[in-house]
Amino acid sequence: MPEQLEGSQAVARTVAACRPEVICAYPISPQTHIVEALSRLVKSGALHPCEFVNVESEYAAMSVAIGASATGARAYTATASQGLLYMAEALYNASGLGLPIVMTVANRAIGAPINIWNDHSDSMSQRDSGWIQLYVESNQEAADVHVQAFRIAEALSLPVMVCMDGFILTHAVERVELPDPDRVDAFLPAFEPRQLLDPSAPVTIGAMVGPEAYTEVRYLAHYKQMQALDLIPEVAAAFQQAFGRASGGLLRPYRSSDAETIVVALGSVLGTIEDCVDQLRDDGHRIGAVGLRTFRPWPAEEVRRALEGARHVIVLEKALSVGIGGIVAQNVHRALEGLPITVHTVIAGLGGRPITMASLRSLCERGLAGTLPDTTFLDLEEALVDAEIGRMRGGRRSGPHAENMLRDVGTVGAAGLT
Amino acid sequence: MSALPTPFAITLDVGSSRANHTGSWRSERPEYVRLTAPCGAGCPAAEDVQQWLYHAEEGGYEAAWRKIMERNPFPAVCGRVCYHPCETACNRGQLDDAVGINSVERFLGDQAIAHGWTVRAMPPSGRRVLVVGAGPSGLSAAYHLALLGHHVTVRDMAPAAGGMMRYGIPKYRLPREVLDAEVQRIADLGVVFELGHHVGDVVAEQLDGGFDAVFLAVGAQLPQRTYVPAGSAAKILDAIALLRDVEDGSAGPPLLGRRVAVYGGGNTAMDAARTAKRLGADEAVIVYRRTRDHMPAHESELQEALEEGVQVRWLSTIAHADAGTLTIERMELDEHGYPQPTGRFEELEADAVVLATGQVSDLSLLDGVPGIERRDHAVTVDANLMTGHPGLFAGGDMVPAQRTVTVGIGHGRRAAHGIDRWLRGIETEAPVELNDSASETGVGPQPSLTEVPFERLNPWYYSDAPRTVRDQLDAVRRCTTFDEVVLGLDESTALFEARRCLSCGNCLACDNCYGVCPDNAVVKLTPPGAYAYAFDLDFCKGCGLCAQECPCGAIEMHPEPI
Amino acid sequence: MTATRLKYFQTGSFAAGNRLVEPSERSEQAAPGRANAITCGHRACQGCGEALGARYALDAAMRATGGELIAANATGCLEVFSTPYPESSWQLPWIHSLFGNAAAVSTGIAAALRAKGNTRTRVIGQGGDGGTVDIGFACLSGMFERGDDVLFICYDNEAYMNTGVQRSAATPPSARTATTQAVGEAPGAPWGQGKNAPLIALAHEIPYVATATIADLRDLEAKVERAMQIRGARYLHVLVTCPLGWGTASGDAIRVARLAVETGIFPVWEGGDGEVTAVTRIRHRTPVEEYLKLQTRFRHLFTPVRDDATIARIQARADRNIERFGLVGEAGQHPLDLHEEGGS
Ligand SMILES: Cc1cc2nc3c(=O)[nH]c(=O)nc-3n(C[C@H](O)[C@H](O)[C@H](O)COP(=O)(O)OP(=O)(O)OC[C@H]3O[C@@H](n4cnc5c(N)ncnc54)[C@H](O)[C@@H]3O)c2cc1C
Ligand SMILES: Cc1ncc(C[n+]2csc(CCOP(=O)(O)OP(=O)(O)O)c2C)c(N)n1
Ligand code: SF4
Ligand code: SF4
Ligand SMILES: [Mg+2]
Repeated sequence: MPEQLEGSQAVARTVAACRPEVICAYPISPQTHIVEALSRLVKSGALHPCEFVNVESEYAAMSVAIGASATGARAYTATASQGLLYMAEALYNASGLGLPIVMTVANRAIGAPINIWNDHSDSMSQRDSGWIQLYVESNQEAADVHVQAFRIAEALSLPVMVCMDGFILTHAVERVELPDPDRVDAFLPAFEPRQLLDPSAPVTIGAMVGPEAYTEVRYLAHYKQMQALDLIPEVAAAFQQAFGRASGGLLRPYRSSDAETIVVALGSVLGTIEDCVDQLRDDGHRIGAVGLRTFRPWPAEEVRRALEGARHVIVLEKALSVGIGGIVAQNVHRALEGLPITVHTVIAGLGGRPITMASLRSLCERGLAGTLPDTTFLDLEEALVDAEIGRMRGGRRSGPHAENMLRDVGTVGAAGLT
Repeated sequence: MSALPTPFAITLDVGSSRANHTGSWRSERPEYVRLTAPCGAGCPAAEDVQQWLYHAEEGGYEAAWRKIMERNPFPAVCGRVCYHPCETACNRGQLDDAVGINSVERFLGDQAIAHGWTVRAMPPSGRRVLVVGAGPSGLSAAYHLALLGHHVTVRDMAPAAGGMMRYGIPKYRLPREVLDAEVQRIADLGVVFELGHHVGDVVAEQLDGGFDAVFLAVGAQLPQRTYVPAGSAAKILDAIALLRDVEDGSAGPPLLGRRVAVYGGGNTAMDAARTAKRLGADEAVIVYRRTRDHMPAHESELQEALEEGVQVRWLSTIAHADAGTLTIERMELDEHGYPQPTGRFEELEADAVVLATGQVSDLSLLDGVPGIERRDHAVTVDANLMTGHPGLFAGGDMVPAQRTVTVGIGHGRRAAHGIDRWLRGIETEAPVELNDSASETGVGPQPSLTEVPFERLNPWYYSDAPRTVRDQLDAVRRCTTFDEVVLGLDESTALFEARRCLSCGNCLACDNCYGVCPDNAVVKLTPPGAYAYAFDLDFCKGCGLCAQECPCGAIEMHPEPI
Repeated sequence: MTATRLKYFQTGSFAAGNRLVEPSERSEQAAPGRANAITCGHRACQGCGEALGARYALDAAMRATGGELIAANATGCLEVFSTPYPESSWQLPWIHSLFGNAAAVSTGIAAALRAKGNTRTRVIGQGGDGGTVDIGFACLSGMFERGDDVLFICYDNEAYMNTGVQRSAATPPSARTATTQAVGEAPGAPWGQGKNAPLIALAHEIPYVATATIADLRDLEAKVERAMQIRGARYLHVLVTCPLGWGTASGDAIRVARLAVETGIFPVWEGGDGEVTAVTRIRHRTPVEEYLKLQTRFRHLFTPVRDDATIARIQARADRNIERFGLVGEAGQHPLDLHEEGGS
């Protein structure tokens, strides 16, 4: 039965239905409501048996999860932003050891400057950590994908990050139908660890591996993650069968089959994009969207198939790889290699900057008109950066590379080559 | 566990490093050794002290006693009268106090007497040996020869066997039951005693008796008279004669008077003075030329004498003796420690003077025997104690050496083995050595003669345990009776004392090597016990920790053979 | 109360075993069937005190728990020399995650066991001094503060050995390390107030804190044993020598540790709930010089010219320990005195 629920509550209650045995918690906005809710469930006895550990840092949170998971416990934690970076070393370790930990990342910008609002800088920074990364569009999907995440993680013995937009989803009260606990039980088999700290059958976990085998270990890690490209759709399908809802999966096309221009994005912004597509379609434009659900492993084939009919692809992403630009766009580029498709990068919504329908629409229109530059910073306050760059020039001469980039976003022109 | 394989390379099987043989790193390898403990090296009877203490530590008293009996048939006697150079040498002396080896030996000897433990001789060899003199040296030779299967006849002019153990050392230090018991054990081996038999011509007796070899141990019986100018009424007697008379008893107690002066500074002087006290003298004064640190008597004997009220006039000689009075000349030491007269005189009241100024051997029985060499009233011998006359061996006080019971016993044993070899036609100059017995368990290294200095030990491992002191008879009874002064240890204290032994140079089965190896490269063998360990050279890296941490220095590092 | 001494048995209870006492009175290291939690074939240097200390401690814990033990290890020599693919020296369930998180991983293991209702299996976290008192300190403190059921053992070899002997917060003043070289006006590690991890642990009011060394096996084992009888967060700080980093002869590894104790440089004590409750007394008080001169990391104190002032300063530190913990004196006189028991 659907309920009006804050996203964090929905996630907390769904995670509880997955019967984690160890939950590690460290506060950081906008994730905090999730672990707060879980702490209540554990303390009240509603979630039992489960150990709720108030750790002293995210580094410890992930480390406790590592220890717990290696001891055969279903382990869960949640974090965001600085917290995610603080646990970075442990993230790599959890995946390297192949421990099926599930973690919610309530996506948030990273500092400096410190900023608590949403974008994808945090999880994107950990895209190479060996974790599976699933992005959700809505709170309903957030709830559903957590159930799937445990199943995927444990089947592959790999950790899974469920990325949901901070505040936009975590703090939004929406109608959500929580996965029914009994059906979750049926859907999620008991955790059968692939390696286990057990005195009756002792093993050594976490060996030191030198040049003679490190490449093979990494190759196998890659191979293992790539298996998720088959498993994720299977689990999504199984979920749909069990719960009657489509959620998760690798990606979701929206009115894109005949589209000349396709907008690619991840997370909650997809809702607005789909509205925009509808509007432009009403105006007769052949535009569509593709919502990525799985970013790691990268579903290259599926992305190529979903986009191969287009002429323009606009990748709208909430993260910036400073020094090159788009992150998702690079991946899309690779997927489309050899096809006559232009890929545009749009950096949007950084640090919580709202992505308005109006901006989106004008962006799409420029895309349709073929006037979109290679990289666009959506709603960039150009006057402001111009002035600032002007002041910087007074101090230090920049070379041609930086100038080219400014030309890309139109700033150089506006600055009038003074 | 799931059927899935554990992750490649990240998860490993336990204990799999045993495939990595770190022994190849080694440049030195540890080896167990059996070295000679200083106690044993210091024992004139060549007792393997460390070994018998090892048994005693475990409460294996009989085994310990048997170990002593391999070398010395007089544990109960030596446990009383030996001056225990073993203890002087004992490494534990550098830690707290030397192990009370002597008291443990006495305990074991007494146990043997109490339990009637006996020894068995080898089958008869058919050879006959004559032993002249039934003092410790002769008796020791007789014992060892009998053990080796030879037929032994002991002849002594005295009415009872024991030599100076009976006619010199007083009862209060060596009760006669103890001596008798240990002598009897030798007789029980089939040794024939012909007592009251003075040997005048040894070669003749050898021929007459058809003896294949002879061991001479006639001791040093003749007083070395120091000239004391004396008035005719002065009562001057000889210490040895005094002690013999006390033992003999046939002439009744010797009459000495109320005040007795004893002239000399050796152990005989002490015994004479203490005996005088026991015979009723109010005052017993030792007159000695030099100072306390130059005195040849053992400190413990002096101490016991002083406790019993014996007085000492240091730096004094008797210039003249008269009835009731002595004229004493004061002496002073020159830079070499020799006493020089000062010309200052004092009077000392004394009813009798007992001369305790040494003895020499009566070697008349060797007169005319070809090949015999003498030096300072003594007979010279080779390493196997054979005199210059083939087949004629000699030992004890009559050969140039320290004159103690235990030295005599050691001579007896060495001579017995020398005779045995001589009888079997083995020509050898090599003396019979300590530690020539193979290791008992048959495992472990061969014994070596290398002595273990204190520095080779790791003293930290030894518990702090000051030695136990033997109780003594109370002073009143000491001065009035000939009861034994120094009492024995009871079992618990004897055991304690034995367990103070550091086991110098010999594995004591403490498991430390097994414990301290960072590479688990020491393996334990069964059955447990000393040297029941082996190095696993597949894994030993040669760090040397075991050798360094062996409490008793029983492991050595040796360069890896290339 | 630290290890009960058997007084009268030759090596008493100082050596690993003693043929004169019942096997039950011997150390676990004397037992033919000891666990060998870390077995042979490991790649520790010759005479590595850490390899030894780890086996001492873990074998004792294995005995105390009947083999129901899991260990989490920080990065460092102990981890590196024991688990180079494809060989592991461990014989108990063991995990290595990171350098700084061993205490937290241990917490996770303990939490998992609790969640599973497993009260048999116990958890040990372990690491070097770097992994404990420096990079792992936050996790350790968190584990203490929460009271997680973990015994954490620090094998303190007084520097970052695995990376080539760099200074850690546990490096003693004046010691030469690769980052505190023996050059300049004040050669070696700087003089500071130091970071006394065991006392800081004690300040967490956890039920059990103790120090020990590889030079006193029975003491160490007794402490592990006692620690395993207690639930909650516990800490054992074991001084282990490092022939490589300290510049000592490999055969001297135990001797040097012993001198650290006998000089007062390393106080051996036991406590809990905020109080020091027992000390192991110095048996033969020794000047610090005897300790220093065996180690090339202190060579600059003796050559080319003798640095009497610094040696005196180190002596003063040792004296302060002796004073503060009551490490010297007649047995039975100090309230924190070792319990001695006579044998028969
Ligand atoms: C008073 C005194 C106290 C001593 N106290 C100690 C002590 O406490 N500890 C210690 O170690 N040493 C002590 N000694 C020294 C020790 O007793 C002798 O060194 C030792 O007894 C020498 O042994 P032996 O076998 O060579 O000779 P002896 O013991 O002198 O035995 C020689 C035997 O040969 C017999 N004999 C001699 N000539 C003949 C012959 N022609 N025919 C037949 N028989 C003969 C004698 O009757 C005698 O029985 C003491 C000596 C004396 C005098
Ligand atoms: C986060 C991190 N920083 C640094 C290192 C490098 N590192 C590995 S082991 C080690 C030293 C370990 O020192 P310690 O904990 O004292 O153990 P030891 O090797 O001395 O036994 C260092 C610095 C690392 N592995 N991880
Ligand atoms: S300690 Fe034992 S083995 Fe060493 S010298 Fe003394 S008695 Fe002999
Ligand atoms: S460097 Fe030190 S701690 Fe590391 S293995 Fe070698 S001796 Fe042991
Ligand atoms: Mg270290």
